Amino acid sequence: MAAPILALRGVNKSFGPIDVLHDITLEVRPGEVLCLLGDNGAGKSTLIKIMSGVHQPSSGVIEMDGAPVSLPTPRAAQEAGISTVHQFGGTFPLMSIGRSFFVGVEPTKGFGPFKVYDRKTANGVAVKAVQDMGITRITDGDRLVGGLSGGERQSLAIARAVHFGARVLILDEPTAALGVKQATHVLRIVNEAKRRGLAVIFITHQVMHAMAVGDHFAVLIRGAVAADFKKGEKTREEITDLMAGGASMASLEAEIEGYMAAHDGHPPPPA
Amino acid sequence: MSSISLGGLLRRPEAGAALGLVAVLIFFAIFGGLTFLKPAGMSSWLNVAANLGVIAIPLGLLMIAGELDISVGAMVPFGAMTVAVISGHYGLPIWLGIFVALSFGVVVGLVNGFLVIKTAVPSLIVTLGSLFAVQGIVLGLTVLITKSTSVALTTEGPTKAIFGDFVMGGQLQVMVLWWLALTALYIFFVHFSPFGNWIFAMGGDKVSARNAGIPTDRLTMILFVLSSTSAAFVGMCQAILYNSAQVAGGQSFIFNSIIAVVVGGVLLTGGFGSVVGIFFGTITFAVVTQGIYYTDFDRNWSSLIIGVLLLGAVLMNNTFRKMALSYAPKKGAK
Repeated sequence: MAAPILALRGVNKSFGPIDVLHDITLEVRPGEVLCLLGDNGAGKSTLIKIMSGVHQPSSGVIEMDGAPVSLPTPRAAQEAGISTVHQFGGTFPLMSIGRSFFVGVEPTKGFGPFKVYDRKTANGVAVKAVQDMGITRITDGDRLVGGLSGGERQSLAIARAVHFGARVLILDEPTAALGVKQATHVLRIVNEAKRRGLAVIFITHQVMHAMAVGDHFAVLIRGAVAADFKKGEKTREEITDLMAGGASMASLEAEIEGYMAAHDGHPPPPA
Repeated sequence: MSSISLGGLLRRPEAGAALGLVAVLIFFAIFGGLTFLKPAGMSSWLNVAANLGVIAIPLGLLMIAGELDISVGAMVPFGAMTVAVISGHYGLPIWLGIFVALSFGVVVGLVNGFLVIKTAVPSLIVTLGSLFAVQGIVLGLTVLITKSTSVALTTEGPTKAIFGDFVMGGQLQVMVLWWLALTALYIFFVHFSPFGNWIFAMGGDKVSARNAGIPTDRLTMILFVLSSTSAAFVGMCQAILYNSAQVAGGQSFIFNSIIAVVVGGVLLTGGFGSVVGIFFGTITFAVVTQGIYYTDFDRNWSSLIIGVLLLGAVLMNNTFRKMALSYAPKKGAK
């Protein structure tokens, strides 16, 4: 098995007196999709923000390729190869596909003070990158991003991350606001990213979507990793139950709280 | 891809502004005859458009980037008064007056930009504050130094010819040439150089733009400096043109430039617009305010026309923007 690209070792995060994350230990390998599951308030967003350089862990280590790294800014995380795509794609609705694809790294032609934005190249590369990811409906780089469907926007954002050399792709609820068909597009692209050897961290509520692409699953409850299992180790019903907060969820929660009360606030080791 | 089609033109940000300009021209041609399109008539609205346009374009860029600067209303008299006091009242060299007037523009722009970046206060409020503060400085200092609210200034030679003279038979202000040259420069920077892309990205989504590596803070500062310096420049040129500077006046530039920008198709919340659109919007505004003199209407009605025009332009621009958003190439085409 390949070595993990990105690993969290015993990461804690507290905001003032409030502890949000407890001893999070996770790893993700190239060509692997790690599904991060958890209810609202479980600490998923905080965890994403730590991995994408928005927040710093209070304690614990972030490792890339086995060496500890610090990610002081989102920019630093991006330079380290960690790209985060948010629910609405983080794109610019009133910009053309070509222009928004190359924001900040615009291709130019000409020389000296007469360098001009190279619309043709930008549009061509952007359309090709999206089509290579399997979205063939995007053919015109002059279209405005706001005119794309939610799934197409997600795909554009993912294609952009892949094109600019992301090694770890964090997808924050990419399918939450999408219809069934749109979500399928996004899942196909997640698989394509995986096939290209990216490590994908996929945050979702939908167990169907998680089962479709996930290799490895982690369930967050109250800021701790409550379950960490591989594909096939749990049935869809068990995962649904964990995520939907069924009977076993309630008992698990009680168990964790009891354990933490008895162990100095430390969560139980993942099952 | 580069073929010109009617639909393609209508989806551009300046489509509404261009149609509005045509409508206004037709309106005044019917009611006022073609006098305002003859050289003498043209210079009347071109002069208005030029002074407004030099301020409206940088203000429009700020609005595309999602900010607003209303302190331009105080920067025009500030620029005029600075050059008049230094070179008129004290009789120091004109280049020093010009240099100091423009430097004050840079300083006020830096202060505006700094406050907007460092505090979470909306730029409308920040620049409302600096509008009043600068007005106070202009009035207070001018009366303190010159014991008057109006200062005379005489300039001659190349300075007068470059900044404040009439060209082409004595009707057209030299500002018109500045305006055309600056518009061309802005078109290049905003629509052809890569930097223009950054302004649109910033107005579209500031956080994403920053994450994409765009120096949003620095760009905000530059845009504020550009707008207040442009306003100081216009004030300075007016003082040189009219050989005097008043402490009042300039407030009309606030609303007039915002109207020109919005009629020009810039989205108030940022992220959409074009320099050519602002250019058309400025001409439209100038034609309405000046064209009324060539009709039989009482000029008191011109504000009504401008108000209706503004609302009509906003609605039309919304429609065109929706068209642009929903545009997709037809299946099988090309």
